[in-house]
Amino acid sequence: MQDSDYIFREHDLDRFRWPDADYAHTPYRVFKDSAIYEREMEKVFRGPTWGYLALEAELPEAGSFKSVMLGNTPVVVSREEDGSFSAFVNRCAHRGATVVREEFGKADTHACIYHQWCYSSAGDLVGVPYRRGVSGKGGYPKDFKPAQHGLRKLHVESYKGLIFGSLQNEPGTLMAYLGPHIKEHLDRILVKPLKVLGYHRQRISANWKLYFENIKDPYHAGLLHMFAATFGTYRSTQEGYTLVSDGGGHSIVYSVMGTDDHDSVSEHYKDVKDKYQTDFQLNDGTLLQWTPDFDDGIGNLIISVFPNLVVQQILNTLATRQVRPLGPDGMELVWTFFGFEDDDDTLTDDRLRQLNLVGPAGYISMEDGEAIRLVQQAIQGETDATSFIQMGGLGPIVDADHVVTEVCTRGFWKQYAQTMEFAPREEGAPVPEKAHD
Amino acid sequence: MTSPIDGDLYQRVQDLYQNYGHAIDVDDLEAWPEFFTADARYCVIPRENHDRGLPAALIDCRGRPMLLDRVVALRTANIYNIHFDRHLVSPAVITGRDGDVLESRVNFTVMQTDQSGVTRLFAAGVSYDRIRVEEQRLRFLDRRLVLDTYGVPELLATPL
Ligand code: FES
Ligand SMILES: [Fe+2]
Repeated sequence: MQDSDYIFREHDLDRFRWPDADYAHTPYRVFKDSAIYEREMEKVFRGPTWGYLALEAELPEAGSFKSVMLGNTPVVVSREEDGSFSAFVNRCAHRGATVVREEFGKADTHACIYHQWCYSSAGDLVGVPYRRGVSGKGGYPKDFKPAQHGLRKLHVESYKGLIFGSLQNEPGTLMAYLGPHIKEHLDRILVKPLKVLGYHRQRISANWKLYFENIKDPYHAGLLHMFAATFGTYRSTQEGYTLVSDGGGHSIVYSVMGTDDHDSVSEHYKDVKDKYQTDFQLNDGTLLQWTPDFDDGIGNLIISVFPNLVVQQILNTLATRQVRPLGPDGMELVWTFFGFEDDDDTLTDDRLRQLNLVGPAGYISMEDGEAIRLVQQAIQGETDATSFIQMGGLGPIVDADHVVTEVCTRGFWKQYAQTMEFAPREEGAPVPEKAHD
Repeated sequence: MTSPIDGDLYQRVQDLYQNYGHAIDVDDLEAWPEFFTADARYCVIPRENHDRGLPAALIDCRGRPMLLDRVVALRTANIYNIHFDRHLVSPAVITGRDGDVLESRVNFTVMQTDQSGVTRLFAAGVSYDRIRVEEQRLRFLDRRLVLDTYGVPELLATPL
């Protein structure tokens, strides 16, 4: 047995290595191992990444704030007086209580309920009761400096109305992190000031990475989501593209409506006929009434940014989805739907009606929660086996001009493994010493 | 406060709610659209949106044809968790009446049971409804189910 055959079964995580350099096999244990989960929180979510926090449009006024989770770190993001955005870790610098208890709100300062330490919206400590004691007794030592006891701050940058934060000490720029593909496609969608339409939330009994595998995988979309295939909002036979970032972790999958014909659909869907209904007609066609926002025919576009963001345009529905891990076995998915500030009532109504297609109850997305839950259920007892990810072939993780591929999924695992220091060893490199032998 | 309706009509309202829940619980989804008028609106909205005046709903069917489409989609196209539902619906509170249209409110919970026989709370909330009194039967003109349980467990396929 070669090193590479056992090292992904290694319990010492400093010796754990991915089974192959193509990232065509994922060890199932990464979906359920709590030590791996803890390492992800540190190396991925508090590591060299930019995490999506909120839309600027959710924070309309100075003092507006929103509570979110970045990995398992509670974070509050706020709009400042000067229009900039700030974010802090929502854990009191005194003895650790949650400072901001509301999901949304507006406040100039935040007082911790426990001992009333009071912070500015940016997280600076601005008030400490009994600092000099009461009637000359008690109080903090003379050298107590409030400036040294603020909340932990995140680096914050926005692009096109999306606010990102990083817990790393010296992250590179957000733009360098996102790269040109993501920029180009965010530029395509986020063309005007946004208007928030509301939220969906979903708690899925599956590891957060299973959701990324799902969202990056156009192979399943034409087969699992039969409503989409039937009505042509998405079919594998349509013209479609799969773009991967240099690091592999971000991707874009999109397809162009009306680019396949009846014959090719019948030919390629004949194997899945029991669910693919060619004669299924909607009683109310207004559900799919689409007034394109853009003139490129793209009906289905999914942008994903490592490690917690998905941006969608499906017909007229526009949304961000924030992935919040809840331990190895669960996750929360928060969908923020939006339109543009200058939408008229008809267009807003189209967007709202099409929400029937998406979200946890949506005709073309409810299956995803079920599919990844089934994976989580089936891998519970597994310590050795791996999945098989080779649709579209092996080799370089690069863009494709079709959607019959799992290349973005391999890309995700590449960036994941590198961030986690799980990348396969170079040929001939020494196996690291065991911690204690 | 005196009720705007007499005891017989109130009993018909109660029956409407109980029969509605039962139809879903026994998987008679085909009967579900029949509980609504042809131009009815059926909307399931997360409480966090409702309370903040945000319009996004989880399900928003406008008219019986869209309700029918939901049933056909669930039967023929969609794949979802294998389960059965149990509706527990509180007594109705009649909050108003305008001719043959009643305004009514109920609290609801839906328990969901999987194939291992494990039951969990799936949904809790309140529904603000308008009911049209017809000779033959009562039908919903409008149901707005405001979902307390807006952290939807897994997914929401079958109607509430
Ligand atoms: S824990 Fe916050 S003031 Fe003491
Ligand atoms: Fe999907």
